[in-house]
Amino acid sequence: MIALLIRDLRLATRAGGGFGLGVAFFLILSALVPFGVGPDRATLAPVAPGILWVGALLACLLSLDRIFALDHEDGSLDLLATAPLPLEGAVAIKALAHWITTGLPLVLAAPVFGLLLQLPGQAMPWLVLSLALGTPALSMLGAFGAAITVGLRRGGLLLSLLVLPLYIPTLIFGAEITRRGAEGAPIATPLLFLAGITLGVVALIPLAAAAALRVNLR
Amino acid sequence: MSIWEYANPTKFMRVTDGALPWLVGAAAICCVVGVVWGFLTPDDFRQGSTVKIVFLHVPAAMMAINIWVMMLVASLIWIIRRHHVSALAAKAAAPIGAVMTLIALATGAIWGQPMWGTWWEWDPRLTSFLILFLFYIGYMALWSAVEDPDSAADLTGVLCLVGSVFALLSRYAVLFWNQGLHQGASLSVQSGERMSHVYRYPLYLAMLGFFLLFLALLLIRTRTEIRRRRLAALQAREMRA
Repeated sequence: MIALLIRDLRLATRAGGGFGLGVAFFLILSALVPFGVGPDRATLAPVAPGILWVGALLACLLSLDRIFALDHEDGSLDLLATAPLPLEGAVAIKALAHWITTGLPLVLAAPVFGLLLQLPGQAMPWLVLSLALGTPALSMLGAFGAAITVGLRRGGLLLSLLVLPLYIPTLIFGAEITRRGAEGAPIATPLLFLAGITLGVVALIPLAAAAALRVNLR
Repeated sequence: MSIWEYANPTKFMRVTDGALPWLVGAAAICCVVGVVWGFLTPDDFRQGSTVKIVFLHVPAAMMAINIWVMMLVASLIWIIRRHHVSALAAKAAAPIGAVMTLIALATGAIWGQPMWGTWWEWDPRLTSFLILFLFYIGYMALWSAVEDPDSAADLTGVLCLVGSVFALLSRYAVLFWNQGLHQGASLSVQSGERMSHVYRYPLYLAMLGFFLLFLALLLIRTRTEIRRRRLAALQAREMRA
């Protein structure tokens, strides 16, 4: 499992910019929003939590088809399926690799983007915390979508159509934590909900994703 | 004699062939009588004549949700017992469900404009229906994207299971999300329980009509799917020969 993780990370870092791509996309998005809605603090600050979370969602979506597509093309996915490691475990590891290459940089870079969008300082820890809690769920759900669309030509658009509705609960609670953090309101409830969603997704989605992969490899 | 016998396509075709004309007739009568009767009811003292759209809106909304549940059950039957008719019925139901959701959204907007002064409000109930519509679209898109029919049935089945969990989750997450924002008080207007008997009976009839309509459309579409599968099988045999 660790070997698989290291292999995936190595592939992501060496094969042409997969690693920083999500962060770069997030940066461009954060730079575009002020052009769209206006640069003053009064308009930016209230929408910043939502924009940041939607940006994280889209940045995550951008690299989803990399999770299985390359391995499917060169046949190593078939080897993974026949390996002694259960396919559910392989799915979880590949989602973890996706999170480390996409979600984790976003979490670390989030305060900078928060600054760009005039997010109040007291909301920063909550933004980082909510992203740290929520992005694993995004990666895992994305792995499910990628597993469903892996054999398809032009699967990318379909992938976003399938995955984005699944992201809605995570987005709601993640943005809610940040918004409440900015207002100084109590955040325990959305925090618990978000943690619950992430744990449930991490526990159950590998089963569904592995089932979808088995169908596609048949 | 068990219900599983109808999983045999030939038997299914024979039985539905006989039942279909009756079903279509009953659906037409119930829909027409329900809606016309509803239209002839007196105006509501608070909402005026706009209340009459309820006879389209509520049955469509009810069916929109129930069709997804039916697809979930059909997908489960396919995944567990692998009856082809079940998978095809789920495939056939999806566009009907999407249209029902669209009708519910559209009539809701038409109703909401005079009542709430807006075509659209990010209200939990409305938003959940929009999300449900997205799920329907994704489901149908996946069906049409996968070429091999059995793989398509498997993948959409898995998607339907996961999607159901998340549709439910979204339903409650959205409820939570909107409590933080302002909330109009006029939301529970559409709950049927507080209606007087004048409206209730035509509404029940319209609901029955929509249900029968769905059943009839479902059978027609499932029969089409079965015929399409048979045609594909014949063509494949022709190619081999």
